[in-house]
Amino acid sequence: MFTLGIDIGSTTSKCVLLKDGTHIVAQALVDAGIGTEGPEEAFQSILAQSGLSPEEITRKTATGYGRTRWQGADNEISELTAHALGCHFLIPEARTVIDIGGQDAKVISLDEKGRMSGFVMNDKCAAGTGRFLEVMAGILKLEVDQLGDLAAQSVQPVNISSTCTVFAESEVISQLANGADRADVVAGICQSVAGRVAALAKRAGVRQQVCMSGGVARNRGVREALSQALEVPVVWSPMAQMAGALGAALHAWQKCGKPT
Amino acid sequence: MAEETKKARPAPDPNSAKYKLGQIAAKAYTDVQEAKARGEKIGWISSNFPVEIPETLGIPVCYPENQAAAIAARGAGQRLCEISEGDGYSNDICAYARISLAYAKIKDAPEQNMPMPDFVLCCNNICNCMIKWYENLAKELNIPLIMLDIPFNPDYEVSDAEVAYVKGQFLEAIRQLEEITGKKWTEEKFQEVMKNSCRTSRAWLEATACAKYDPSPFNGFDLLNHMAVMVTARGKAEAADAMETLLKEYEENHKTGKSTFRTEEKYRIMFEGIACWPWLRATSTGLKSRGINMVTTIYADAFGFIYDDFDGMIRAYCKVPNAINLELARDKRIKLCKDNGVEGLLVHVNRSCKLWSGFMNEMSRQIGKACDIPVVSFDGDQADPRNFSEAQYDTRVQGLMEIMESRKGGAQA
Repeated sequence: MFTLGIDIGSTTSKCVLLKDGTHIVAQALVDAGIGTEGPEEAFQSILAQSGLSPEEITRKTATGYGRTRWQGADNEISELTAHALGCHFLIPEARTVIDIGGQDAKVISLDEKGRMSGFVMNDKCAAGTGRFLEVMAGILKLEVDQLGDLAAQSVQPVNISSTCTVFAESEVISQLANGADRADVVAGICQSVAGRVAALAKRAGVRQQVCMSGGVARNRGVREALSQALEVPVVWSPMAQMAGALGAALHAWQKCGKPT
Repeated sequence: MAEETKKARPAPDPNSAKYKLGQIAAKAYTDVQEAKARGEKIGWISSNFPVEIPETLGIPVCYPENQAAAIAARGAGQRLCEISEGDGYSNDICAYARISLAYAKIKDAPEQNMPMPDFVLCCNNICNCMIKWYENLAKELNIPLIMLDIPFNPDYEVSDAEVAYVKGQFLEAIRQLEEITGKKWTEEKFQEVMKNSCRTSRAWLEATACAKYDPSPFNGFDLLNHMAVMVTARGKAEAADAMETLLKEYEENHKTGKSTFRTEEKYRIMFEGIACWPWLRATSTGLKSRGINMVTTIYADAFGFIYDDFDGMIRAYCKVPNAINLELARDKRIKLCKDNGVEGLLVHVNRSCKLWSGFMNEMSRQIGKACDIPVVSFDGDQADPRNFSEAQYDTRVQGLMEIMESRKGGAQA
């Protein structure tokens, strides 16, 4: 049996096709999210990769901010549950999941069975989210993916004190104008995000294993800054960016009465 | 064609609680307007000022907090907030205050007008922002301010010393009002008002306690509407009558298996904080569409006052929810959760209310632990629509529902 999960975020669309709730058959990532052709492109890519027709997929579950807009879904779940399920599948020991999304940051607590027992999210502010990193990468004329490696070269991270994305942007510009090293500025940016998210994690209660989910998990600078702030190791899966879509596909499998 | 098939709204039953309460709420404004037109002195009053004082003296008063909520619910919160912000008030202060100060300046808001005051009555047992808000009203309008200071109580009980401190102020407020209006306090009238206030409160608290039934005989959002009468008219005989009708209806609903929550009640939650008035429909629909009934809230119970004499009245006003310490506030909420079979707590982090929201992180953590229920919070505002995001709210509510579903053994994980 095939089930599909689609995670429609504010900046990207992700799709995962599962066979029998255990085997990942296909996956797709498109850099366009809610309100674009991104979700459909990701879905069509899955069909092309698997050679399946839509009818051959038993159940499709949507998640993410665009979850209610995709007509192809049989049901929708919050990205909180989706990341909880996805991370539990990828890292069964995970008890705290940190997902930094495009416009929000979430810390999800899991019980021993991998069920979500609680969560804390950011307040109505883009600081500490993926968008914050995108804006900063834009100033530095870097791709978001390059931030992590550059941060690793830092000797003395600068302090980005503002919690406001717009003010932090001018702070970064000032630092660069004053001759600060680019690696130190990037490390400061990563620490700024990690600081905000670590406070959320402490509110939720940090239980090991701590696992990062979502696209920002690939950013080594944020991962290491988080680990430092929380004083525990922070693990991640190379499939972290697909964890929401994977969780949705797992939920679809469960809805068919097949527990994972 | 569509018009032909459209169902006509049934005429309201004049004996129903909804009709009676609606009439009283509307009359709260018209009565004061008429009194003003007759040349009587009228006042503006804060919601937890002892209404028994103006009621006993026969002084018409209206409530800026209720007016601000009505203006916000009818879509004009931002317009009035921006007027105040243009005058220099920070958008970090209470949106009720910003709306009220703007109204005092422009003196007209079709969404909810009310007559201009000859004096203002302020009591800080609900918050300290109230003091500056009312001081500014008094200064801008060049009218007297009568101020009651009821201090934050760090203890579980109200001490005799606090009663004595507050009593002196109550008596002085009565003296000042007699002087301003020429009206006189009589013990007979106070006894009558006290009787009404206690009758109204008793019926209200019993009605809200009907949430103990499963399913609840009412939609918790009803309480937010009916509460207007508790705030403005609890000392009036017609309010007592209406609340007793409400209680009767809820008991009847329980017996006949009916509810004003018109969908299957799958989950029962407590809502913490003031309603998000500009987004009432969005916040209500986000719950109802998932079968989540907000069965209880401390906010509704806040306006039930039961006492036997003048000193008892003072003690009651010293124990309103925002004037008490975290432990007592927490225990009251834990009781509500346990009495009403609450399965989750939804906390409105109200940008307008630093006092209420400030201690909620810790208090809700303790409530969640004591009741073994999930706790979820969302950002919003009681009257400024700019501080709320529907998508963010929806994700949080769905997450809460999924945890509750999972705990019932449903599919989450």
